[in-house]
Amino acid sequence: MTHYSLFTLLRNALTGHRHWDRAWRDAEPQESYDVIIVGGGGHGLATAYYLAKEHGITNVAVLEKGWIGGGNAGRNTTIIRSNYGLPGNIPFYEWSMKLWEGMEQDLNYNTMVSQRGVLNLYHSDAQRDAYARRGNMMRLHGVDAELLGRDQVQAMAPFLDYENARFPIQGGLLQRRGGTARHDAVVWGYARGASDRGVDIIQNCAVTGMLRGPDGSVTGVETTRGPIRAKKVGLSVAGNSSRLAEMAGLRLPIESHVLQAFVSEGLKPLIPGVITFGAGHFYVSQSDKGGLVFGGDIDGYNSYAQRGNLPTVEDVCEGGMALMPMIGRARLLRSWGGIMDMSMDGSPIIDHAPVGGLYLNAGWCYGGFKATPAAGWCFAHLLATDQPHETAADFRLDRFATGHVIDEKGQGAQPNLH
Amino acid sequence: MRIPCPYCGDRDSQEFVYRGDASPVRPADPAEETEFFDYVYLRENPAGPIDELWYHAQGCRNWITLTRDTRDHAISAARLTSEGKSA
Amino acid sequence: MSRLSTGGLIDRTRPLKFTFDGKQYSGFEGDTLAAALLANEVRLVARSFKYHRPRGILTAGTEEPNALVTLREGARAEPNSKATAVPLYDGLVASSQNRWPSLGFDLLALNQLASPIFVAGFYYKTFMRPAALWEKLYEPLIRRAAGLGALSGLPDPDSYDRKHAFCDLLVIGAGPSGLAAALTAGRSGLRVILADDDMAMGGHLLKERSEIAGAAGADWAAGVVEELASYPNVTLLPRTGVFGVYDGHEYGAVERVSDHLPEPLPGQPRQRFWKIVARHALLASGAIERPLIFPGNDRPGVMMASAVSAYLNRFAVAPGKKAAIFTSCDTGWQTALDLQAAGIGVAAVVDTRAQMPALADRLDLSDCVVALQGAIVDIKGSKSVKGATIRDGSGKETSVVCDLVAMSGGWNPAIGLGSNFGNRPVWSEELNAFLLDKAPPGFSPVGSAAGRMSLTSALGDGIRAATEVVQQLGKSPAEMAIADVAETGGTSENMLWVPSGIEGKAFVDFQNDVTASDIKLAASEGFVSIEHLKRYTTMGMATDQGKLSQLNGHGLLAEETKKTIAEAGTIMSRPPYTPIALGVIAGHHRGEHFRPVRHTASHDWAAENGAAFVDVGQWKRAQWFVQPGETEWRTSVDREVKATRGGVGICDVSTLGKIDVLGPDAATLLDRLYANMFSTLPVGRARYGLMLREDGFVMDDGTATRFAEDRYYVTTTTANAARVMQHIDFARQVIWPELDVQATSVTEQWATYSIAGPQSRAVLQALLPDIDLTNEAFKFMAAGEYRWRGTKIRLFRVSFSGELAYEISIGANRGRQLLEAIMEAGAPFGIVPYGTEALGVMRIEKGHPAGNEMNGQTTAGDLGMGRMLSTKKDFIGRAMAQRPGLTDPGRMSLVGLKPIDPAATLRAGAHLLAKGAEPKAANVQGRVTSAAFSPTLGYSIALALVTGGQERIGEEMLLNDIVRATDVPVEICDAVFVDPAGERLRG
Repeated sequence: MTHYSLFTLLRNALTGHRHWDRAWRDAEPQESYDVIIVGGGGHGLATAYYLAKEHGITNVAVLEKGWIGGGNAGRNTTIIRSNYGLPGNIPFYEWSMKLWEGMEQDLNYNTMVSQRGVLNLYHSDAQRDAYARRGNMMRLHGVDAELLGRDQVQAMAPFLDYENARFPIQGGLLQRRGGTARHDAVVWGYARGASDRGVDIIQNCAVTGMLRGPDGSVTGVETTRGPIRAKKVGLSVAGNSSRLAEMAGLRLPIESHVLQAFVSEGLKPLIPGVITFGAGHFYVSQSDKGGLVFGGDIDGYNSYAQRGNLPTVEDVCEGGMALMPMIGRARLLRSWGGIMDMSMDGSPIIDHAPVGGLYLNAGWCYGGFKATPAAGWCFAHLLATDQPHETAADFRLDRFATGHVIDEKGQGAQPNLH
Repeated sequence: MRIPCPYCGDRDSQEFVYRGDASPVRPADPAEETEFFDYVYLRENPAGPIDELWYHAQGCRNWITLTRDTRDHAISAARLTSEGKSA
Repeated sequence: MSRLSTGGLIDRTRPLKFTFDGKQYSGFEGDTLAAALLANEVRLVARSFKYHRPRGILTAGTEEPNALVTLREGARAEPNSKATAVPLYDGLVASSQNRWPSLGFDLLALNQLASPIFVAGFYYKTFMRPAALWEKLYEPLIRRAAGLGALSGLPDPDSYDRKHAFCDLLVIGAGPSGLAAALTAGRSGLRVILADDDMAMGGHLLKERSEIAGAAGADWAAGVVEELASYPNVTLLPRTGVFGVYDGHEYGAVERVSDHLPEPLPGQPRQRFWKIVARHALLASGAIERPLIFPGNDRPGVMMASAVSAYLNRFAVAPGKKAAIFTSCDTGWQTALDLQAAGIGVAAVVDTRAQMPALADRLDLSDCVVALQGAIVDIKGSKSVKGATIRDGSGKETSVVCDLVAMSGGWNPAIGLGSNFGNRPVWSEELNAFLLDKAPPGFSPVGSAAGRMSLTSALGDGIRAATEVVQQLGKSPAEMAIADVAETGGTSENMLWVPSGIEGKAFVDFQNDVTASDIKLAASEGFVSIEHLKRYTTMGMATDQGKLSQLNGHGLLAEETKKTIAEAGTIMSRPPYTPIALGVIAGHHRGEHFRPVRHTASHDWAAENGAAFVDVGQWKRAQWFVQPGETEWRTSVDREVKATRGGVGICDVSTLGKIDVLGPDAATLLDRLYANMFSTLPVGRARYGLMLREDGFVMDDGTATRFAEDRYYVTTTTANAARVMQHIDFARQVIWPELDVQATSVTEQWATYSIAGPQSRAVLQALLPDIDLTNEAFKFMAAGEYRWRGTKIRLFRVSFSGELAYEISIGANRGRQLLEAIMEAGAPFGIVPYGTEALGVMRIEKGHPAGNEMNGQTTAGDLGMGRMLSTKKDFIGRAMAQRPGLTDPGRMSLVGLKPIDPAATLRAGAHLLAKGAEPKAANVQGRVTSAAFSPTLGYSIALALVTGGQERIGEEMLLNDIVRATDVPVEICDAVFVDPAGERLRG
């Protein structure tokens, strides 16, 4: 594999860029593998990468029904952050943040991790105190967090509406290490790294069923390209977890919901980092190409359609205009929808399935992108060692039965409220 | 999306609150804890038609059971939930 | 000037002045900005995204990738406006963008020198070491170069409107097929909406020299529009782009009400967002001409052939003086005819095909190089075309001098909207274009959008489709006949020409500077899925949304990967079809009107009496009342608390949720809804109730009052009013539909006031002299229905403050009257109004959990209310509340906190550490949920959830508040700070 650097770029420029290797091998399915990862998104590819790199398990296939990164990995708003409030979440997301911080050098791929800050605005005393609780808990976990007053927010983001607002901005919780990353590059970077270490990345290979052993345990998968056997099968198909689990006879505490995202036409830089509106459903950042990348709440009904409806579009644009009325004359360029695994407490699952041979990485709600490296790391750890990684130990499937839920928003068993 | 409320007629989905899968039935008490766990936490989540609950919060305040396809959002049936499955 | 002396659809009697980059020009009414710039021989109007290449005007429509300008100035500046779609108005100001220091001399054009490095995806391969430089140097540089135009940074000064519409037939596009369809449906009596993005209706009829029924196509169109305008059942929406298809036959459209004016007229919005529910929709959006891929195809002066014809025919503008044509279909030849008709010389016609079309017979080919199976292989000139090098079928190269190159690579049906539902278009071998295979329900393409390219077939298709809709709706269709159609443009097949072996920069995506070699590079690196190709090269991601680039890129990819284009496939279009202003989607929901404001009945009274208001959900509630001389909010709040505890105070609590529960099974329902028992509640009594969610955590609290055997009145917290109503309806309709019980929200119907304090009885007795309010007659938690001045009131003896207290409710329309009467009756007792802050202070002093404690993460046990969970009955949440995670003795539970140093301030959001413990997560043993200064006690107090709870009373802990940089030693105490025995409220 060609090492990427300015030098190799210059060398290839001299020969008309005719000699670059493929970024990853387009593999044909083998008869069997040690591990099959279902789902060639960021999580699945990261899992394969870390299985190979950290655990020396290279007889691995990643099966993707379409093209890698075509699901939520390529449909998110690229935000990375570790500003969670509950002890079950913080160490995991902080581990993810640490992996983001070293990703480019580790992968030899520029994923454009950009730590320009994530600012959550608050608009009431109660919200301030809730952010203080969260910020304090982050700091107690060694994660950076600052509680800003109105003047500090205004200095950072003078373009917000401070004068005429229905819900005036009182301040914000800032995580300076938060930011964005180039989502497609994350997929390609992990694919390249995994492929280089011997992982087979198999596109256009949809799983249609589970192969079961005499004891009922999963021994492989049926696919559109034939049966493939494996010692362990890991599902990393957020959005479609219920469908795949059903093939193994499981019902999950998950609903699939559509989340829309939006991008404006390219504009000269105006937004410093990521800003979230605390009095409506709206968050925004600006891409390296200049587009405002923004979104809001899920549409709120079960869907596999990867598209949403106007009420959410309106709600998001209303939030945007309420927060920064200068964007009225910016134009919406594209919208799209991704399918979220909305879990019953808003937190993910990285665990054994109740069926032998099957492992779950699911329930990421709308927060899966930021988790990509750590989810890959921890899922690889689970697949390799059969033990949960210490930072993901609370992401158990049986927590719903035992009541040890991780409910950041306190909304209970109603997935569309998380 | 337009929701065919059996009481009010076609209305914008913005008037409704969504609850989800209509299949879980609350166990009669006393029940095994696992039955309640099933009821509260496990969901049918098919890529295809699903019976689901919507609440016409800004209308007649009826709970409505829709049969809706999650792949294309096409609605094939609607009834008042309180009138039972036979309707 | 290159304005033709005659012709066009412009109004030459109405000259308009405008400026571009500070220089003044003039045009005519009916021009687009692009037409007027061309008329003034301005050809260089923009710079490309990456290489800052000089760019001109490529098209005459909304698919324009090059001619983007910033329109208007100051707060009304609109970056990235397509000059080809901007109607000219008097005083228009536009400026070029993405250049420094000037459009003519752009230093960033140096990027072109680095173009051998700046290939597709180059940034993924570099800028990685040293790591620190990415954040400090590389990324800031990339960001600075990003984007095209700039926002003003000022609030948008214009307003936007929103409108809902319903119709039988929505026709999207007013070209030949759209007009024919709308006319058919309009005459047949259907409710029709005809929307067209252009400022004038007619589509291609405005741009071509076709004839219908003996009249010029444009005149025929004008006649149809006039007829349609006369029908009350037809709504014409010019300047309206339908941008998306949504579920339930719903369409989003934006009407540009005022964008053709210097600024909106008084009272008019800039734009209007239409939400149209249409039983049927016809996509009559026409077709979009494809560019050809050849070196220099981006130079100012290279234009789409149909655009050249449009500028000649519609705007009477000659885009050049000498033209070369490069075409793979008959369109180029038609443009040559149009040029010659306008007196403009044609230096060459290059056709990729082997045969000259029939149209060629009408061309004067003297002094014209004709190259069949040929190609343009080079363009001379940088900021404008100066000549072209032609290679013919034999490989011979000829150079011609020209200042205009008209290119046509065939036509793509404009089917974008039709794939909004995720239906992937399919390749038509016959048409050499993608067509809709499946469309959203009730939606079908007609005319050239359906591949029926000739004028005759488009008109006929419009009539046919509309007739079918009329019949489906059970009406009788009007007889339609459109005769004597004179076609233009030839009838050739629609060839897709994909070059191989290009030397030089041949652009596929103009705006994003994606070249043919970028596509090749991406394919060689394995980015062979069309979606990977798009993402890796950014092809199709510019503001033209790939309308011009997509197919050529896919053709190149197919070539590179040795697949057919049908196998390579194409992408699906997602809303919006053309970019739309964010402001119009938000409509009037901005600023103070972002969300509705709910006022209680006595809001104005509160405002008149010095209230400062706080947002509680959508409600405005009085937070405190400022008296003369009070400058600090604490002074007001402390005074209100002291006055209430020492005498009497009144608080507007109308925002609490209120629900009437009626019917024989009302008691049964409430027993199942609440954790505690309500069937045993005697008539005329109220009881505090706790509701759990089905998952066992606390949902809400409030009181329920029994006014009759079958009639209860339930109150909820302000925040949960809607949720509890929904919950009750769920319980009675979904879980237990067999119960005979109704529930109705009466939150808005009643105004409610809490009168609290030792003098509250005296005040009420003065107000209601006929009611016996003695403690014996009207005990704590008593309730009744009475009349005050003839109006029904409800009276409750309930207390949130811990004082002797009452709540009194009256029909909201008399709320203010009642409040004023209470104030009058209370005046001798020194009654004061108090706000939510004093209310909050008193409830903390009394240890009452509220929203901060009932945050959805806590159990009844956590809040010291575990004993309220009845063991005698089933209720919602009972079973799940028994799970180990909810009953774990290690859970944190409610206690009070007081500071060791009475001068210290306690704040909610802090965490608690054991005394002397290191501040780290593992040592956290609690958190502060609510805090306030207690004027009653004279120091700060707090409620907290602490591991071990009550058992730790008396222990000293450290309140750790890192983000506010305070550490406060505190002592754990009982959560009830005032009157723990509850004597006051019962007295």
